[in-house]
Amino acid sequence: MYGKGILEGLLVTLKHFFGTFIDDIRKGRKRYMTDEGVEYRRSKDVKGIFTVQYPEERLPTPENFRFVPFLVYDEKEDGTNEIRCTSCGICAKVCPPQCIWIEQTTNPKTGRPVPEPVKFFIDIDICMNCGFCADFCPFDSIKMDHYYEMASFDRTKTNILDLTKLSKPASYHAEIHPIHFAREEEIRRVKEQKREERRLAKEQRLNKFKSE
Amino acid sequence: MNEIAVVKSELEIRFPDAVRKDDREGFQGYIVEKESLVEVATALRDDFGYDYLTSVTGVDYIEEDILEAVYHFYRSTGGKELVLHVQTPRNNPVIPSLYKIFHGVDFQEREAWDLIGIKFEGHPDLRRILLWEGFNGHPLQKDWKEAFYVEEKKPFDNRWPEGKIQQIEELNKFGKNVRYPENFHDPESWKPEHEDLLYAGLLDLAEKTGSGLETDHVVINMGPQHPSTHGVFRMAVVVDGETITALKPVMGYLHRNHEKIGERNTYIQNIPYTDRLDYISSLSNNFGYAMAVEKLLGYTNEIPERAEYLRVIMAELTRISNHLWAIGFLLNDLGAYFTPSLYAIQERELILDIFEEVTGARMMNNYHRFGGVAKDILPDAMKKIENLVLDRLPRKVDELDKYLTKSELLQSRTEGVGVLTPEDAINMCAVGPVLRASGVPYDVRRADPYSIYDRFDFDVAVRYHGDTYDRYLIRMDEIHQSLRILQQALKDIPEGPILLRNPYNIKAPKGEAYGRVEGPKGELGFYIVSDGTSNPYRYHVRSPSFINLTGLEKMCVGQKVADVVVILGSIDIILGEVDR
Ligand code: SF4
Ligand code: SF4
Repeated sequence: MYGKGILEGLLVTLKHFFGTFIDDIRKGRKRYMTDEGVEYRRSKDVKGIFTVQYPEERLPTPENFRFVPFLVYDEKEDGTNEIRCTSCGICAKVCPPQCIWIEQTTNPKTGRPVPEPVKFFIDIDICMNCGFCADFCPFDSIKMDHYYEMASFDRTKTNILDLTKLSKPASYHAEIHPIHFAREEEIRRVKEQKREERRLAKEQRLNKFKSE
Repeated sequence: MNEIAVVKSELEIRFPDAVRKDDREGFQGYIVEKESLVEVATALRDDFGYDYLTSVTGVDYIEEDILEAVYHFYRSTGGKELVLHVQTPRNNPVIPSLYKIFHGVDFQEREAWDLIGIKFEGHPDLRRILLWEGFNGHPLQKDWKEAFYVEEKKPFDNRWPEGKIQQIEELNKFGKNVRYPENFHDPESWKPEHEDLLYAGLLDLAEKTGSGLETDHVVINMGPQHPSTHGVFRMAVVVDGETITALKPVMGYLHRNHEKIGERNTYIQNIPYTDRLDYISSLSNNFGYAMAVEKLLGYTNEIPERAEYLRVIMAELTRISNHLWAIGFLLNDLGAYFTPSLYAIQERELILDIFEEVTGARMMNNYHRFGGVAKDILPDAMKKIENLVLDRLPRKVDELDKYLTKSELLQSRTEGVGVLTPEDAINMCAVGPVLRASGVPYDVRRADPYSIYDRFDFDVAVRYHGDTYDRYLIRMDEIHQSLRILQQALKDIPEGPILLRNPYNIKAPKGEAYGRVEGPKGELGFYIVSDGTSNPYRYHVRSPSFINLTGLEKMCVGQKVADVVVILGSIDIILGEVDR
């Protein structure tokens, strides 16, 4: 009563105020503009000031972070690039605001669809960064990016991403998603191994058949 | 026979002509003749103990040529729901209003009139609520189409395999994106009549509650642009001197017809949209929606253990972050400018860091799937959660407690301000902290347990004065209880799969489902009707912020005009959810 509550409250404010300076003195230069400093300021022990001074300092982007998608291509040993997308259309069907537009082609000779998109657009004005396209793509060919500084002066020219702007190498995917990339590669390796085994088994059977 | 079955058969015995079982495929509850609706509802409230009518909405069954109102009754002591359906022909859709019996249907009936076009006879103030009054038609009727209309259902056919891109804004040009009703000519010279009605109604109310002195009543519009309203929200207030004699909330400024969008979407596409309802607590919105669809799909008992734990952990972290935000801004509303709120937001920021690491986004999490969750927690993030829950948060919440709870300034501004009695709270369908601060220990996690909440040891926080101070205290209590749940969940969380199955296209069997969770703001319900295709036939959100506003008038009348701001802050609304 009689203002005791207020005084106790104000003590808390005072503690916060001095906390900043005490921390500054203790940590010295390391507290600002270093990765270590940023990491400290988002840890459980932080006292006092807390702000990360964007854009001089940046919060690290966690691996799961998702911002507009990109298409993955593999760099072959002969120097050519092979886009992983098969234009199956699952991402376009699952996209909630329907901002993926894919054009599929057919081989003029056979009339069969070619497993590669001729055109691929994402209208990032309405992309809601939900990550469904990356979640549901069966070929690991569309992934969510970490690059988020996309502000531009003219949205009508820059904000529809086409195939060239969307494509990024698999090495980039590996760089920003190390854990997921390793897991995907593992699954792929196991699959390929199985396929190889099956092929060998078939060959063996064939050989056996021949020799008989 | 369990208790609900007893009630049901008694209901049938008592009203043999008016009540019949709803035997459509996948539906539950009863179809009530509209003439006897009031009678049946009264009996339910007075004789059967179903005194808590939480959700009222409508569905347009265009094939059968009927509009249907759907009521979800509960007991305020806990238990399962009792569902009533009332049907009315489409060309003359009139249903008696339940306003006299349950005041809480006020906004919900207005919403059903606005969006679906059911006229509730006997409702004292049946104006449009979310849309403007010159709006053409009732958008949730199945034959209504938006000005920019592509197709009935997603996915749209023109995206694949001949995706010739069109920028959406070219198709949706300014000036051509509105359709006016016939005989509506010039929007510039048009004068809204409902505004007059609003003020007339207000002054009418003011007459009844005035001080008796022969003074003039002044109408003040607080909002739509007002710093206290946390968004675009307007309160039309009548004051007599400094004292409020009548108040009516006006909303819909942020309306985007979430439900129509939801009916165009496929089931899975709706998940990220639910994030945008109450954007402070996305993860619990996801939870509610996923639960409702899981009920439809019949997955409810198959969800992997680890996924359930992850859901609970995320939901409780959300609750803490939401309450911190609410407390911080309540202090802002009191005039303690930004110091307390920044202390609170600092902790919320650390929680958001965790969300970002686990789900990929700070606020628009999109984390739940039908039958589990999207991503597992990486070990790093788990460590962070443990640090926060076991070490930092208890410390910091205590500090906040020390900082604010005993402060005489806070006490003198909030104690005895904006009182809501328990009877009123139940009658007005208040939910969540607002209800529990009024002394009604109703928490969906205990009253109708879902997920794995029955395993945890926690108390339902309850306070008894029903004033603003108690609504502040209850949030503090709930943070402590959430920390308790988290501590148990972190200890017990098993290893294992996190997702049952994850097809990109789900077809739900025919029927209806109502899934509800105890969100940070109260009971958040999703009512879904499926017609057996991959898009919901009807998708309705019972939003706690919206319905809690029903009690605002009751809390404010008789208070000083400066206190309105605080009372509104103590209800803790998010306009994204109010206006949907
Ligand atoms: S990105 Fe993936 S899902 Fe989309 S079309 Fe290509 S292969 Fe199919
Ligand atoms: S992130 Fe979501 S909204 Fe964006 S392109 Fe992918 S599916 Fe569509």
